[in-house]
Amino acid sequence: MQDVAIIGVGQSVFSRKCGVSIRELCFEAYAEAMEGLGITNKDIDASIVCSAPEYDKQRTPAGSISEYLGLTPKPSFYIETVCSSSSTGLRVGWSLIKAGLHKVVAVIGFQKMSDLTSRDAAERMSRGGDIIWESPFGVTMPSGYAMYARAHMAKYGTTEEQLAKVRVKNSHYGAANPKATYRKELSLDEILSSEIISSPLKKFDCCANADGASCIIIASGDVAKRVTDIPIWIIGLGAATDTMTMSGRQSLTGLRCAQEAAKEAYKMAGVGPKDIDVAEVHDCFTIAEIMAYEDLGFAKPGEAPRLVEDKATYVGGKIPVNVDGGLLSKGHPIGATGGSQIRTVVNQLRGKAGEIQVEGAEIGLVHNIGGVGQYGNVTILRR
Amino acid sequence: MNFENFGIVSFTAETKASDFVSYLEKGKVMATRCRKCGTNYFPPRLDCSKCLGSDVEWFEIKGNGKLVTYTVVNYGPTGFESDAPYTLAIADFNGVRVFGRLNKSIKESDIKPGMSLRVLSVKLPGDRIGYEFQKV
Repeated sequence: MQDVAIIGVGQSVFSRKCGVSIRELCFEAYAEAMEGLGITNKDIDASIVCSAPEYDKQRTPAGSISEYLGLTPKPSFYIETVCSSSSTGLRVGWSLIKAGLHKVVAVIGFQKMSDLTSRDAAERMSRGGDIIWESPFGVTMPSGYAMYARAHMAKYGTTEEQLAKVRVKNSHYGAANPKATYRKELSLDEILSSEIISSPLKKFDCCANADGASCIIIASGDVAKRVTDIPIWIIGLGAATDTMTMSGRQSLTGLRCAQEAAKEAYKMAGVGPKDIDVAEVHDCFTIAEIMAYEDLGFAKPGEAPRLVEDKATYVGGKIPVNVDGGLLSKGHPIGATGGSQIRTVVNQLRGKAGEIQVEGAEIGLVHNIGGVGQYGNVTILRR
Repeated sequence: MNFENFGIVSFTAETKASDFVSYLEKGKVMATRCRKCGTNYFPPRLDCSKCLGSDVEWFEIKGNGKLVTYTVVNYGPTGFESDAPYTLAIADFNGVRVFGRLNKSIKESDIKPGMSLRVLSVKLPGDRIGYEFQKV
């Protein structure tokens, strides 16, 4: 069986309000992913379109997007695991190529959230929880992660200041990312004094809804070596789930779906946490990045705040994480986010990350979570 | 009352577990137990995922539980605009974990994970019904 490589990556600018249609957003990401590749639209054997439903009027968006990108009459279909949709799309694309059904697959993620008011977007998110037993209480995404934050604080003594320091780092790097929604560097005081959304999480502990698209082109090894100078190999894939209900969670200090997915991905790749040179983790909230350090084995349970204090996750530190600004700076256009994370790590492994380049990065990791820890995908890539 | 009267805003009219609301009307917060394999369920369900049977009995969640975690929500989604601030919480009643709200009279400074709570059914505005955690 052939190995599978990423041959192209792209994303649109992420913004609060893009002012264009979904298909046009996807075009921006697709055009960047195809740049410099020795293939044309005709060589794309299938497209996988990834997003969370109920944000837009267009039903079955795969059809309109594949037409606009010139991918008809090749097969196209839709994949959804809310916020981790596009890394789930990558997993499905990988298996299509591995099975020999296709040679080249485009994984396209998108979300246009600005068509909804902030409260209506929160309502969609609320129904991403258990609608029978928990949504009737007024669940929100921040409230789900806030309950994890409170439990982490109670068990390990984690402080609001330590959470805020995650945003300090990510805002520092986000300021330099031309595709990020927020490009302002934030001070510790600004973060700590911002309004409380769902205690203990404040406005600047939370990522913002955004519009955006991403595109990852993957290919079988023989094609990859022919059409690109630096194929990036997919060497580890892990995926897992946890209960939809918050009351069903065994632990509230870490995400079990991430722990399980990481275990699987490390095993498949034959590497461990110490081998990872650069990582992108799903920092939809500051606490999510803290838990990711522990769930991925970068720190022991309860010791992630030390990594933050020691600046170990900055460029030049032990394990640079989210040095593109993360979701906290880029914004979180749900279906596009996983693809954007993959794009950042691929550019790092290609040595094309510019001023945020981690010198000599060879192995990278992407941690992409759906919902409040309902779905977890961990992907390990090698140059 | 029907199941669609459950909670501040309901999204579901029909479930096999709709008796939950009838029990709330009688002042009881109930869970289910599989008669075949003994697995306890909260939220209650009438189908057992462990043994795939559908023969369950209802039992009341009584006595004191412990607060596992909580958050005070200041920004509610559509349908909950005027409801915020409210406190979401998870409490553990002898191994049965319950998701719900804390009674609004409890100040945030008085809330501590590990504190004792009990769970009681409550009448909600607009002829609706639910349950909440109260301080012991």
